[in-house]
Amino acid sequence: MSVLVYTENWDGKFKKLSYELLSYAKSVATLVGGDVNALSIGKVNQDELSSLGNYGASLVLSADGTPSGLDNQVYTEIIAAAMDKVGARILIMAHNNSGKALAPRLSVRLKAGLAAGVIAVPESVNPLVVSKKVFSGKAKGKVEILTEKAVLTLSQNSFEINETAGTASVESFDSGVDLAAAATTIKDVQKQEGKLLLTDADVVISGGRGMKSGDNWAPIEELATVLGAATACSRPVSDEGWRPHDEHTGQTGKIIAPNLYMAFGISGAIQHLAGVSSSKCIVAVNTDKDAPIFESADYGIVGDALKVLPELISEIKTVKAQ
Amino acid sequence: MRILVCISNVPDTTTKVKFSTDQKSFDDGGVQWIINPWDELALTRAMELKEDASNPVSNVTVVTVGSASAEPTLRKALAIGADDAIRVDAVSSDAYFVAAQLAAVAGSGDFGIILCGIESSDYNGSSVGGMISEIMGIPSVSAVSGLKLEGEEVVITRDIDGGREELSVPAPFVGVVQKGIAKEPRIAAMRGIMMARKKPLQVVPAADAESYTSYKEFAMPEPKAPCKMVEADNVKELVNLLQNEAKVL
Repeated sequence: MSVLVYTENWDGKFKKLSYELLSYAKSVATLVGGDVNALSIGKVNQDELSSLGNYGASLVLSADGTPSGLDNQVYTEIIAAAMDKVGARILIMAHNNSGKALAPRLSVRLKAGLAAGVIAVPESVNPLVVSKKVFSGKAKGKVEILTEKAVLTLSQNSFEINETAGTASVESFDSGVDLAAAATTIKDVQKQEGKLLLTDADVVISGGRGMKSGDNWAPIEELATVLGAATACSRPVSDEGWRPHDEHTGQTGKIIAPNLYMAFGISGAIQHLAGVSSSKCIVAVNTDKDAPIFESADYGIVGDALKVLPELISEIKTVKAQ
Repeated sequence: MRILVCISNVPDTTTKVKFSTDQKSFDDGGVQWIINPWDELALTRAMELKEDASNPVSNVTVVTVGSASAEPTLRKALAIGADDAIRVDAVSSDAYFVAAQLAAVAGSGDFGIILCGIESSDYNGSSVGGMISEIMGIPSVSAVSGLKLEGEEVVITRDIDGGREELSVPAPFVGVVQKGIAKEPRIAAMRGIMMARKKPLQVVPAADAESYTSYKEFAMPEPKAPCKMVEADNVKELVNLLQNEAKVL
């Protein structure tokens, strides 16, 4: 009963989430008694492909034809073909933009029950039962997969990366899928140097009304640059037009689960917390010691974000330079 | 072109979540029900598209899967502006079952655009939209943060690594939308609420479909350790904790 991991790369380098997925898959494969297979789509060099062995993969299928963009139907075909090829029973993907796009289609295609946003290794294998967050992190639920096959999407940062000394064999994989058959056509791409996808970012620096004005965002952006982070904001900030709407995180905005979430001048309304509470570590800086954000935060400073930020930037720069 | 907006009837986002004493089901006593926030944004954008006379949008239909208790939520969608509503008379058991119901409705009408929110705020499945498209064998686009019509052509904006892209997708298709698709959800006006009472709300029987998954049990998360407070003049200590205790720097 083998497992297939759909890995993701950016410009030929595997994203960190790929290693998380493989480490998780290795634990699942140990439970079900099978191998971990990895699928890579796009141009990735041999060394990078075989490095997946260090995270538990025994076989890497490399579909190196490069579709021009994420066409959900084309990718679904390729991944379904890879599942057939290795005879896998469980498909593991990230609970991110592409996982959310593809996992539901693959669930239907493979007649495989989907547990989206799982947070731990299965507690039983026969039947397969996994835990996931529900009600935007306010509770957890145990989901039983009723079908023979399963698709699991793993919640970001919920599983530690385990390096092993394994080696993976790499095989070129021709899925037989016609890449030109994509129904969607990319018309325009706008990329900004250093602009990270907020929903996938490992570190997110966020500002709220306590930043006092949209003109005060330079230190937020500087801290984000220093930490290689994405920037976000609370709803009042995007409603005021201080920041673009696509930075709004919360119940009705983007839902994120970074490794580190730093909230400056955000009081932490329940709707905001619903969008960020899955973050692994939350740091809050707010002038109001009774602000609800401190109930969800791991580390807090009662103080003015505008005064704390410059000191924090300089201290982190010092530490990073060491 | 007709637009179908799939609506999930969910507990108000400020609800204090409780479960039955055996922990096997959600306790809905005293719960206020609302349109799932992302579905509400999808509906808002659908109305904007219809109201712009340069767009060939003739009709906006809303659909939900649920018992009669879901009807006030559908009426609210009608009050916001939808032309008609469909309720599939079934208790939703899992994402595949619900998607099969919605696909049957979507396939029975001449809908060019089928919209779903990126997830529901109750079970956070992020599944139904993609499943509908695969059941119907039509294209889907996810994480949609912009949707416009250029004549008959549907042009979508979505976030990607390092920025955003615009793409064109042939109808019919399923758009799974997130924040950005509309600025803010539209609020029903009194006139809309009055009109909604007279708009058609059709109840259809459930299609035959199985469930792929089942919730066995729920639990509240483990209580969190209290927040460690650091003095405002000791930022050095915060950085030290982040680096050496939390190990996140």
